[in-house]
Amino acid sequence: MKEKELCRTMLFCPATNPKLYLDAPTFEPDSIIFDLEDAVKYDEKDSARELLAEALKFLEFGKVEIYARINPLYTEFGEIDVRRLVPAGLRKMRLPMCESKEQVIELSKLLEEVEKENGIEVGSCKIQASLETPLGVKNAYEIAKASERIISISFGAEDYTRLLGVDRTKDGSELFFARTQIANVASIAGINAIDTVWADFNDVEGFKKEAKFGKQLGFAGKSCIHPSQIEVVHKVFTPTDEEIEKSIIILDAVKKAGIEKGGVIKVNGKMVDIPVIEKARRIVTLAKGAGKI
Amino acid sequence: MDKTVRNKVNIEIPEYIEGYGKVKPYAGAFETEPTGNKFAPKIKAFKNGEEKILKTLREGIEKSGLKDGMTISFHHHLRNGDYVLNLVMKEIEKLKIKDLTIIASSLTKAHEPLLENIKNGTVTSLHTSGLRGKIAEEISRNGIMEKPVIFRSHGGRARAIESGEVKIDVAFIGAPICDTMGNMNGKEGVSAFGAIGYAMADVKYANYVIALTDNIVPFPLNDISISMDYIDSIVEVESIGDPTKIATGATRITKNPNDLLIAKKASEVLIATKKVKNGFSFQAGSGGASLAVCKYLREYMEENDIKGSFASGGITAYLVELLEANLFESLLDTQTFDGEAANSLVRNKNHIEMSASMYANPHNKGCVAHQLDLMILSCTEIDVNFNINSLTASTGVIMGAIGGAPDTAAGADITVVVAPSMRSRLPIILDKVTNVITPGDTIDVLVTERGICVNPLRGDIKKLLEEANIEIKDIRELKEEITKITKVPKSNEYEDKIIGVIEYRDGTVMDTIKQIKM
Repeated sequence: MKEKELCRTMLFCPATNPKLYLDAPTFEPDSIIFDLEDAVKYDEKDSARELLAEALKFLEFGKVEIYARINPLYTEFGEIDVRRLVPAGLRKMRLPMCESKEQVIELSKLLEEVEKENGIEVGSCKIQASLETPLGVKNAYEIAKASERIISISFGAEDYTRLLGVDRTKDGSELFFARTQIANVASIAGINAIDTVWADFNDVEGFKKEAKFGKQLGFAGKSCIHPSQIEVVHKVFTPTDEEIEKSIIILDAVKKAGIEKGGVIKVNGKMVDIPVIEKARRIVTLAKGAGKI
Repeated sequence: MDKTVRNKVNIEIPEYIEGYGKVKPYAGAFETEPTGNKFAPKIKAFKNGEEKILKTLREGIEKSGLKDGMTISFHHHLRNGDYVLNLVMKEIEKLKIKDLTIIASSLTKAHEPLLENIKNGTVTSLHTSGLRGKIAEEISRNGIMEKPVIFRSHGGRARAIESGEVKIDVAFIGAPICDTMGNMNGKEGVSAFGAIGYAMADVKYANYVIALTDNIVPFPLNDISISMDYIDSIVEVESIGDPTKIATGATRITKNPNDLLIAKKASEVLIATKKVKNGFSFQAGSGGASLAVCKYLREYMEENDIKGSFASGGITAYLVELLEANLFESLLDTQTFDGEAANSLVRNKNHIEMSASMYANPHNKGCVAHQLDLMILSCTEIDVNFNINSLTASTGVIMGAIGGAPDTAAGADITVVVAPSMRSRLPIILDKVTNVITPGDTIDVLVTERGICVNPLRGDIKKLLEEANIEIKDIRELKEEITKITKVPKSNEYEDKIIGVIEYRDGTVMDTIKQIKM
């Protein structure tokens, strides 16, 4: 099983804005995703890529994971993005508008070629496939299993609702199928599922509600478009002190009883078996990742 | 070269400065013991039947006996909306009076016509807390004044007036409401600006006081901030200013995510010091990260049912909200920043007006600044010894104000500076600031978005922050981290001419400002 990274928040930053390269890490998102795709005008694609390449070489981002949302390979920019950015240090990228395993395999092959050309260990570059169309959502499983490089799948609701021919609403009922499908597939593939963005960053309550529901559906984190959203998502996706304490007690009791691999004990009057143990382990892992223990 | 001396912040200053006089070097925040008596103005009498209201401003100036070489004073409560200084200077210009010294509580962009008065010799000396815009540019770059501008804090100005170090011949007071005998306040009328604290020393110590008002009411006014016994003449003018321009944009909580991040970190620092508890006192500057600290403190106070004693300084609508939400017992106000706060001053007896002397004068029998538990300051630069600059830009041009920074930093138990780690690609932490305004030994913590630094003099605060798991960086290490990104900016070159003298609040000299080499 792949080790899942802590990815509660992915903060979108247009790769064209130099100031954001310096500011974004200070908000301490788990990851930043520098956007070369939709946020960048056609005539700024090259300069945005150059800026990102230089930033990757020059700046230190500390604990924050860096992603780029590259352009799809079927555009004139996708391949150049990969060829320029991987040698500059990019190791994680979101592949937008992903609809088939073939698209993942195509990117994976390109990455292998670039890795070999630049003396980078083959397989170091990882992919997050972004499912933003009804077809992509339908093919989620084959996409998630298309390459060892896939570390997560993410959901993009804007294009999805556009293609579905429906409006995106604040209660998000039109997204229910896609979100459950993506979370379910990620679980089968043993990878993270990352939830879609919430555009109205002034509506904090609506955002919080959507983030909470995403967590309930099985997402590991959420894409963010404004720094103010980070703390909200972190609060939602970080276990509470009570949950952490309870989980530690359970794991201690399990260890004492020697039932890590099977068996049942009672802790504080409640039955503890393998599913409960797994849940407690997940909470402790999340809490460690979030620096709470 | 003239004889020089190094002061306590290791700045070399001449022992004598032409146009200023003999220099007392800064020796430490509380090292200067006051001696002697306070200054007293002339004794006067006023008989039944006499008239204070004059027909014109010209008549008032003539009656005051203003002559070449004298000193006049102004207060800046209307800030960017002030009309008084320009109205007065226009009349003085017509009267061909020259070589005047202006003692202003501060000068703003509204006062740019003053540039002409300086160029034609009407005004030859300026004393102020702040200076910006064209006048500041001309003085900094072209050295258009022979005498250096003397910069003082709000407390320092009140002290200098009370001690007689500066003697005001004629004080001009803008009054939004004034009765026929000169009783006035700043909080009523169409031009209401709120507290009139800066002008209180002026009226008490000036030899002649002229009130300019756009709102004369019958005697007696029922709410008096400055009383008739200090007022010589009253002149009615069309308008004393536009209160909507007092502090545009500075009074709302910022939405800038960087400022909010800094404010949040600063509030965490304050909470970690364990000072945010029932009965605590607090002051924060307006605008940016500084005011935003209040937002986060408010959340903490509400969650933990904490009620503070007082909040002070420049009062904004947001602080009024905190008062009305029962989070503070009172507000102490020397300068009101918006209409909402001015209304509060009228209706709420727990919103208390104070003079600049009561606010911050180090040499009186007790000032509010010395009662502060927590103070939040902003700055343009800070050095590795925690000395801060808030007056000059990194280019050497004067572009800010001293305000109450040295007063509150010295007085408060804990002073926290909030600042972005870089501005316009320039690092905020330097080996040496362009000018020292507030000495580092009165600054306790620096909060930037990239890290928090504690003054080594405050081991007690460091310990409390560590206990709260707040990461602390050495200020030199944080400086390196920032300059790795920004690189080290080229330093400025200066002429020998001193164009500004920065006095500490006790009257000693902290630093000098030199003319920029062009």
